[in-house]
Amino acid sequence: MGPIIEVNGLTKRFGSFCAVDEITFEVAAGQVFAFLGPNGAGKTTTIKMLTTILRPTSGKILVNGFDPTRQPNQVRKSIGIGFQDPSLDDQLTAAENMEFHGVLYGVPRRLRRQRTEKLLRIVELWDRRSELVKRFSGGMKRRLEIARALLHQPRIIFLDEPTVGLDPQTRNRIWSFIKQLVLEETVTAFFTTHYMEEADRVAEQIAVIDHGKIVAEGTSSSLKEKAAAATLEDAFIALTGHAMRDEEASASDTMRLGRKMWSRR
Amino acid sequence: MSAIYILWLRQLKRYSRSRARMVMSMMQPLMFLAALGMGFSPVFKKAGEGNYLQFLGPGVIAMSVMFTGVFSGIEILWDRQFGFLKETLVAPVSRLQIVFGRTLGSATVAVFQGLLMLMICLVAGVRIHSAALLPAAVGFMFLIALFFTSIGTAVGSLMEDMQGFQLVTNVLVMPLFFFSNALFPLAGLSRPLRVLLHANPLVYGMDGLRGSLGGTFNQGAGVDVLILGALTGLVMALAAWLFSRIQL
Repeated sequence: MGPIIEVNGLTKRFGSFCAVDEITFEVAAGQVFAFLGPNGAGKTTTIKMLTTILRPTSGKILVNGFDPTRQPNQVRKSIGIGFQDPSLDDQLTAAENMEFHGVLYGVPRRLRRQRTEKLLRIVELWDRRSELVKRFSGGMKRRLEIARALLHQPRIIFLDEPTVGLDPQTRNRIWSFIKQLVLEETVTAFFTTHYMEEADRVAEQIAVIDHGKIVAEGTSSSLKEKAAAATLEDAFIALTGHAMRDEEASASDTMRLGRKMWSRR
Repeated sequence: MSAIYILWLRQLKRYSRSRARMVMSMMQPLMFLAALGMGFSPVFKKAGEGNYLQFLGPGVIAMSVMFTGVFSGIEILWDRQFGFLKETLVAPVSRLQIVFGRTLGSATVAVFQGLLMLMICLVAGVRIHSAALLPAAVGFMFLIALFFTSIGTAVGSLMEDMQGFQLVTNVLVMPLFFFSNALFPLAGLSRPLRVLLHANPLVYGMDGLRGSLGGTFNQGAGVDVLILGALTGLVMALAAWLFSRIQL
């Protein structure tokens, strides 16, 4: 199959800082694609540009044949996004979160009901559909988030660190759900992660980004071969170096702290 | 259309599920009603202005509407920090529909708070002039709600943290409330002060609300609707523009 995502010379500058520097890559349709890189390498910025959230400084993007800057709504209909931070309304129930999403994406009522049931059953939340999301565990929220991203039958699903902060059992379950969904829904999965063994296990194709540039591309075994490393983690470190990356605290981090102080939720 | 509806519905559901918020936002107007109502009643009567509670009632109703409306803007901050804003902003619907649905929902919630306050006023002894004018009263509540919800939305779209939001709304909204006819009549004021106060949009909403509850308008209902309506339209446009510029 041909590429479903095409990126050509994509660049994003914030002032004098170049977050993404003329990157070029393709993702084949139906593939599970891992986009790896240390913190601050440009992963999230790239995902934001692919998903119409951020305007590129220059370069070309085609997502399912559409240009995110010129045809944002067509792109939005073609993709589902599982965000890194939860983006559910925790004052609503699981079913209401699905319903909200379905209406926003213009999914007809009958199909909405049908899809909600099917997807919630797959991620094993159907029995708890009438519970408020605020009572859900981190793993349940992540599963709901993934199910919701697929409700409107997108061609591509973006998953930004879908397993971050979860225990190994839950991480394994999440991946088995994702693999099942990718098969049943015939979607392309584009994900990021810091867990190299996960990328090694599930990704058919990997791209590594560092300092805003693609530093390696290929299958897990070809990357290991290239770096002459035994594991993908060793290969990753060989490719991106040992230096730790510090991210600045964002406004949302400080805010989250503030909210924990003021309310006991 | 359905996008606007679902965003409206979401605001209502969230409201109906947080009893604490419902009660808490009644506290301040209740205190005003109780303390000022009892405290100023004798002076008001001695001055020949009649029953102060009757005058104050619509004032505290407007107060609960406007503050509920303004502080709904905080929800944009929550949604932004806790991710839900992303879910709405990457959906294939225009920002205009999103901001419109949200604002309508929050304004509806504010009107509910106003109606709750109206019931408390009735229990406290405030009398309504005629039940036929009640729909007009609700209409004015809705206009006040839309105006102040839009201010909340505008500020919520600009600010990134809670402290900033609180600061700006206090600086903006407190003067609008205190320098209005919510707590005292404009009739006896000096001319410059009266002119100044007539630049306050709340004065028209207040007059319309008090008129439809008590039977006598100062400016006339038509003038009230026209001026407050036009200003509400302006603020709504500003809020929509600021909301559409939000960067994630």
